[in-house]
Amino acid sequence: MPILEIRNVTRRFGGLAAVHDVSLSIEAGEFFTLLGPSGCGKTTLLRMIAGFDLPDAGQILLDGKDLADTAPERRPIHTVFQSYALFPHMTVWQNIAFPLEMARRPPAEIRQRVAEALEQVHLADKSGHFPHELSGGQKQRVALARGLVNKPRLLLLDEPLGALDAKLREEMRNELIELQREIGVTFIFVTHSQQEALALSHRIAVMREGRVEQVDEPAKLYGLPRNRFVADFIGDINMMEAEVSAVAHGQLHLHIPVLGVVQAPPAANAKVGDRGVLALRPEQVRLTPQGQHHELANHFHGKVQSFIYLGDVTVYTVMLDNGASIEALAANNAPGRATFFKVGDDVAVAWRHDAGLFLDE
Amino acid sequence: MRRGKLWLWGLSLLVYAFLYIPLAVVVLFSFNDSQLNAEWVGFTTHWYTVLFNDRDMLQAAANSLLIAVVASSAATLLGTMAGIAMHRYRLRFLPLLAITPVAMPEILLGVSLLLFFRQVLDLTLGFVSIITAHITFSIGFVAIIIRARLAGMDESIFEAARDLGATPWQTFRRVTLPLILPAVVAGFLMSFTLSIDDFVITFFTAGVGVATLPLQIYSMIKVAVTPEVNAVSTLLMTLTLTMIVLAARFAPDALKGRG
Repeated sequence: MPILEIRNVTRRFGGLAAVHDVSLSIEAGEFFTLLGPSGCGKTTLLRMIAGFDLPDAGQILLDGKDLADTAPERRPIHTVFQSYALFPHMTVWQNIAFPLEMARRPPAEIRQRVAEALEQVHLADKSGHFPHELSGGQKQRVALARGLVNKPRLLLLDEPLGALDAKLREEMRNELIELQREIGVTFIFVTHSQQEALALSHRIAVMREGRVEQVDEPAKLYGLPRNRFVADFIGDINMMEAEVSAVAHGQLHLHIPVLGVVQAPPAANAKVGDRGVLALRPEQVRLTPQGQHHELANHFHGKVQSFIYLGDVTVYTVMLDNGASIEALAANNAPGRATFFKVGDDVAVAWRHDAGLFLDE
Repeated sequence: MRRGKLWLWGLSLLVYAFLYIPLAVVVLFSFNDSQLNAEWVGFTTHWYTVLFNDRDMLQAAANSLLIAVVASSAATLLGTMAGIAMHRYRLRFLPLLAITPVAMPEILLGVSLLLFFRQVLDLTLGFVSIITAHITFSIGFVAIIIRARLAGMDESIFEAARDLGATPWQTFRRVTLPLILPAVVAGFLMSFTLSIDDFVITFFTAGVGVATLPLQIYSMIKVAVTPEVNAVSTLLMTLTLTMIVLAARFAPDALKGRG
C-alpha cells in the first residue's frame, strides 16, 4: 500500500483551478519531488497534504485513511518551510523540542531525542542560540531537525534550498540525501529547480498549470520526456519541426524541412503523416571538422555561430544549412584548451540513429 | 551650517519652546514658596505636603488609578483580540470601526456616550460609565499597535506551530502571545496613559458622585490656580511621561506608525 495517495484532487481559487484532477501515489521511504514553474500548483498541493488547505474535490489518503477531517496538528506530517519559520523567541533547543512537547512526550525522552536530532544535523554546539544568531544553512538544519524529531510519516519540504547560495545549496543537497537515507522518512519535496529535482529524487512529478504532466524516475524523465513541455523544462534540448515520413524496421523516418530525412527511435502510435518535433539533447549531438568521414546515420553541414565555455563543457551553437540552429555539447577533456572550434568554422553535425525523440504533443 | 538649515533649526527650537516652557513653568512653580503663581520666591516642598493631606485629592487619585487599571486591562484584552482578528482575516470594515473613536473629536464621543448611558441604558453615571467610556476610546489604540506588530511577522511561523502539532490555542499561547507581548504591554501602557489624564470624555460620563484627578484639578482651578495644582500636575506629568517612555521601549515600531 502506498503511504500517501492523492486521488483526483482539484482545488479552485475563484474560477481558476490551481490544482486540476491530480492523482499521485507515493511509496514509503521515497524521496518524491513535485517539480514545475511557479504557479503550477505544486505549493497548493503541498499545503493540502499538510492540511492548511482543503481540496474542492478528490481525496488525500495517508496509510489508506482519508485526511479530510484531520486538522494540520493531528496529521503525522511535518513541513520544512521555505522561510524556515523558526520560532524567533525560542532557542535552537526549544525549537526542536516543540513538536515533542506538543505530542506530550516525557521530558527525559525529549532531552534525548533533541540531543540526537542536534547531533544528526551537526548543531550540537548551537543548542542555546536563537535563530537570528544562525547562518542560513544552520537555520535550514534546525528546520530539518525540528521537522524530523517527532518521526513524522511524511516530511514536506517547500523549496527549502531556495534561499541559500549556490555552494551551500549543493552542500545541503548532499546532506538531504544522506539524512533521508539514514532515517528512511518519506520526503515530498517541492522545487522549481530541475537540477535539484534530478539530483535528489527517486521519482519526480512534473506539473504545469495545475496538472501532472509526467511522473517518472529522473533518468526516464530526462531521457524519455512524454511531451514538449517536459522535454523543454528538464535540461536543455534542441527541437526541430518534423513530420513522420516512414515507419520501418523499428526505426522512425522523420522529414525535417530543407534538411531532409533523419532517423529516430520508434515512438508509440506514431503514424506516417504525423507532425511534431524531433527533440535532441545537446550532448547527443557530435561535432567534427567538415570533410571528416562520418559513420553516424544522421549528419549535416553547419557553421559555428557562437559558443559558451562552461569549464567542464563547451556549448556550441551551430547554424545548419536550412537556417535552423542546433546546440551541441562537447566535453573539455584537453586541459587549457577552451574550444575545439572557432566561430565561423565549417563543421559536421551528427547524431546516432537511436538518439532523439519524436514528440507529437 | 547653511542658512536654510539654520532657519529650520531656529523654527524647530521655537516650536519645542512653545510646547515645553509652560510645562516647565508648572513644574518649577510647584516648588515655589508662595501662594501665587506670579514670581519666584524660594524653594519648598510644602505644596506636596499639602497635596498629600488633601483628602478629596487623594480620593480622586485613587479613583483615577482604579479606573485606569480596570479600563486599560479590559481595553488591552479586547484590543489585542481585535488586532489579531484584523490581521488574520484581513478585514476592512472592523479596523475602521475600531479606529474611529481614536480620530473622533473627544467632545462628540463624550456627548454621545452620555446620551447612550442616560437615554438608552438609563444607567446611573459613575464608575461603570467612566470605565466603559475609557475602554471604548482605548481599544482602537491597542488594536492598531497589535496589528502593526503582527504585520511585520512571517506568517508561516504560525502555520509551522500548527504543522508541528500545536492546537490553535497552544499556537496562541506558545507562539503568538510571546511574539506580540511587547505590543500588548505597549498597548496597556498607552491605554493607561490615555485613561489617567482624560478630561473631556470623563467629564461627560462621570456624573456627580465620582471625581477623577483631572476633574478634581479642574474644579480647583475654577477657584484659583494654587501651587497645589502645580504639584499634582507635576506628579501626573511624571507618571504619564514614564508610561510613554516605557511604551516606546516595548513597541518602538508601533508608536512610530510603521508596519
